[in-house]
Amino acid sequence: MTETGFGSHSPEGTVAEIRASVTAGRRSPRDIVDHSFARAAQVRAGADGLNAILWSDIAVAHNEAAALEPRLNGPDAPLLAGVPIVVKDNIATVGSPTTCGSRILAGYHSPFEATAVSRLRDAGAIAVGKTNLDEFAMGSSTEFSAFGRTKHPLDPRLVPGGSSGGSAAAVAAGITPAALGSETGGSVRQPAAFCGIVGVKPTYGRVSRYGLVAFASSLDQIGVFGAHVDDAAAVLQAIAGRDGLDATSSDAPVPDYGEYPPTLRGLVIGKPREYFPHQLDPRIADLCERALDRCRELGAAVREVSLPHTELAIPVYYIVAPAEASSNLARFDGVRYGLRVTDHGLRGMYEATRSSGFGPEVTRRILLGTYVLSAGYYDAYYAKAMRARTLIATDFDEVFRSGVDVLFTPTTPTTAFAAGSRTDPYQMYLSDIFTVTANLAGIPALSLPIGRIDGLPVGGQLLAPHFAEQRLLGVARLLEHSLGAEAHR
Amino acid sequence: MSISLDEVRHIAALARLGISDERAQLAAEELTSILAHMQVLTRVDDERAAGSDTDGKTGMTLRPDLGPPIPLLRAPAFFAPEMREGFFLVPRLATHEDPEPSP
Repeated sequence: MTETGFGSHSPEGTVAEIRASVTAGRRSPRDIVDHSFARAAQVRAGADGLNAILWSDIAVAHNEAAALEPRLNGPDAPLLAGVPIVVKDNIATVGSPTTCGSRILAGYHSPFEATAVSRLRDAGAIAVGKTNLDEFAMGSSTEFSAFGRTKHPLDPRLVPGGSSGGSAAAVAAGITPAALGSETGGSVRQPAAFCGIVGVKPTYGRVSRYGLVAFASSLDQIGVFGAHVDDAAAVLQAIAGRDGLDATSSDAPVPDYGEYPPTLRGLVIGKPREYFPHQLDPRIADLCERALDRCRELGAAVREVSLPHTELAIPVYYIVAPAEASSNLARFDGVRYGLRVTDHGLRGMYEATRSSGFGPEVTRRILLGTYVLSAGYYDAYYAKAMRARTLIATDFDEVFRSGVDVLFTPTTPTTAFAAGSRTDPYQMYLSDIFTVTANLAGIPALSLPIGRIDGLPVGGQLLAPHFAEQRLLGVARLLEHSLGAEAHR
Repeated sequence: MSISLDEVRHIAALARLGISDERAQLAAEELTSILAHMQVLTRVDDERAAGSDTDGKTGMTLRPDLGPPIPLLRAPAFFAPEMREGFFLVPRLATHEDPEPSP
């Protein structure tokens, strides 16, 4: 397994196979950890190579593996027994740093752990590393990390997408079969599409945000990467559900994400015309059409629908998210966390610390967010954007109420692009054009590989009504099986 | 519309960001360019979205960007354990690799 790693490169490296082999005693959790670290060394996952992993410690992982041993016997062995996982570095962990990819939090150790991470540990997973990201999850390429950019596993000249690019690259490179990321506007689905793996953004409230460093609180969700749909489903199963530490988490029951229908008979798939504009790369449109044909063969009906306010999504997102970020990031001022740069007086210390600690994209978004919330511009920008956000959510409600069960779109308008090629901020923001709507509406969405263009992965996106993750994963699994190896060539 | 240098300096001060003249000039250009794309929002149908209870009009009290803080019943010095330059002195969280001693 070391030569090919976990996940898509090896049928023996899925979450289910690891659990089965560990609980049967064929392999030990320590052996699995060793394979993961060997693969990371082989693909040079650290700063001298992919720069996907910011922190890892094999001794800590061995300790976790040893602690797991007594829980492996019997039929009640945990769901993710022995499964190695990497965690995006804006999710709080105890025993390792949590930097958010920012100089302002360099060396910061959280005194508490995110609920999602605690639940992974309870489920038997072993955290083997913290992954690189765009600073405070603000970006679409993982170029804006204070610790250097993450490289695409297939071509180091390209970006892996972002902001969860480190987690996506780690799974795509076979270091772990699954990973945690976070989503505010597509930061799991877009890198999943670029790297040729599965990425799931759950419904807002499905997974606790406790311990996720806040970027835009009304949009943020912890999401899941998997080499396969089943890998992502198993991890989502482990972390979903009400958490008393997050008032926005939902007490809606968590169904069995491992249950799938045998066919798509009776299912209606909507194809929103606004996601297939005439400018869309025809090769991406063709791959989407092939995926929809497979869904038809599986028994689904495909219906063209309209989400008329889609054109507002990027402007709305890039007002709402920076506005919330400008407030959430006010806490990083040198008093309580990380970096402190002394200057004249307390005010001078605040300003010197924040200007030294934040990188250019975070600074840009704080300025933008402060501007749209400031007197004289609040009504013109923020209030207007919030009204438009309601219209975007209403579009989805109306389509789903009309009898559409899921929607299918491309995940991104392009394949992975070259590092340094997008210098205009708004052009970078357009990378998220097909993904931000799900965050604005709070609905679940998933990206899975549907083919390649010039050797680079293309993702197809499925969207479903609130809390319909089981349906979403079911459609994705059947489509994944139908496409088979075609999804990766 | 165009964002002026003075506006950038004003919002940087509100956001407690130290910003050089060169960075302020760049920010003015970037924000002007980004906000130009937001003009599409002027086409939003306010009537259709009027039912929204999340538009900031129902319950959130706005305040001006400037002005003194809201007056307290008692002066902060009355209940602060320690103060300097009008601010509370608080212990630094002991969760860093290289913590500094409290002043």
